[in-house]
Amino acid sequence: MIDKVFASVTDALRDVPDGATVMIGGFGTAGLPNELIDALIDQGAKDLTIVNNNAGNGDTGLAALLAANRVRKIICSFPRQTDSHHFDRLYRSGQLELELVPQGNLAERIRAAGAGIGGFFTPTGYGTELAKGKETREIGGRMYVFESPIHADFALIKAERGDRWGNLSYRMTARNFGPIMAMAATVTVATVHDVVELGSLDPEAVVTPGLFVQRIVKVRRVATSAGGFKQVA
Amino acid sequence: MHKWSREQMAQRVARDIPDGAVVNLGIGLPTMVANHLPSGREVVLHSENGVIGMGPAPAKGAEDFDLINAGKQPVTLLPGGCFFHHADSFAMMRGGHLDVCVLGAFQVSATGDLANWHTGAADAIPAVGGAMDLAIGAKQTYVMMEHTTKGGESKIVAQCSYPLTGIGCVSRIYTDLAVIDVTPQGLKVVDCVDGLSFDELQKVTGVPLARQ
Repeated sequence: MIDKVFASVTDALRDVPDGATVMIGGFGTAGLPNELIDALIDQGAKDLTIVNNNAGNGDTGLAALLAANRVRKIICSFPRQTDSHHFDRLYRSGQLELELVPQGNLAERIRAAGAGIGGFFTPTGYGTELAKGKETREIGGRMYVFESPIHADFALIKAERGDRWGNLSYRMTARNFGPIMAMAATVTVATVHDVVELGSLDPEAVVTPGLFVQRIVKVRRVATSAGGFKQVA
Repeated sequence: MHKWSREQMAQRVARDIPDGAVVNLGIGLPTMVANHLPSGREVVLHSENGVIGMGPAPAKGAEDFDLINAGKQPVTLLPGGCFFHHADSFAMMRGGHLDVCVLGAFQVSATGDLANWHTGAADAIPAVGGAMDLAIGAKQTYVMMEHTTKGGESKIVAQCSYPLTGIGCVSRIYTDLAVIDVTPQGLKVVDCVDGLSFDELQKVTGVPLARQ
């Protein structure tokens, strides 16, 4: 029998090794898998490469992982924010490597990894600092930059509902990076607020098919740092 | 010299967005355009974090932080709106499916190069977000910015001195003094504030302008 449901976030992250590349879903606080990030901090893996759109806010979640000196490199599109002080300090002191990627290239590089694509030519960033040193090509009269896929050992994502096969549905803009990160990682761990019986997710509304997901953990619906979201009716 | 206020600039941009257009409004000044869309025009707003058909901000107390825009502010969803993941959202831009994108800028060049993501200062931490994808993706990229810096230097320049966001991507510039089209023949003035002569406008603009 297939059963991808893990009892706790701790159980689901036991085997994250030092030096792993870990994707973390979320845009702002929407879709950020806080419980998994906290469990990763407790778990102790270090020398990590983190892939996330941002580089942590305030003193919790990803910011706390950075503050604990567990991250060697971060691949993201928008690190600088008013409350990214932990990132700012580590970056300025040279303790944290930054690979800055335009947001759409970041998404497509993740998608490419999951889809078995060895890279792609994109017009985004052509002629800018962020394309320096990269292969370029003229295609149909337009200039493109070559971008490579980003694979991960683990993806930590937040979904809304799941079943024991790992099928997932999301809630509103909390979907963001979840579906593509699930495809790009060797082991995808998703938190959900409901684990439902096989067959009770509407097959037309499954966003991430279970084969992209290795582990799911039920977590309580809690307030987000930005003020909380309402209970689903 | 008379200038358009930020509200008037937003109004002026909104006037040019046609019925049925799918539009992405950048963070800051461009966001204000949403408040001035003429009633009776159905304009569909896209936000790069994964939503199309965005409505206005929710009432106080009704915020849902699973439903936010690219500025991470709570928004609402209009009937017909929907959600999608990040790769699809940027495919909408890069694939040329958005009609108009409105962005802020530090500088725009005479050939439509855009600089809006980084001052290039040595101690600044760079952050790009979706700026580069937005700049090159939409069918029309509009820029909204002050015509000159606080020091009086033209923000319309022969060549951008700030790091580029995209090359030749801007189609129209809305400043607090004028509306200017970027064309293969150069910059053409479409409109300017009441009482401002072409010669006066040319004097505060870093590159040659043409009359429409």
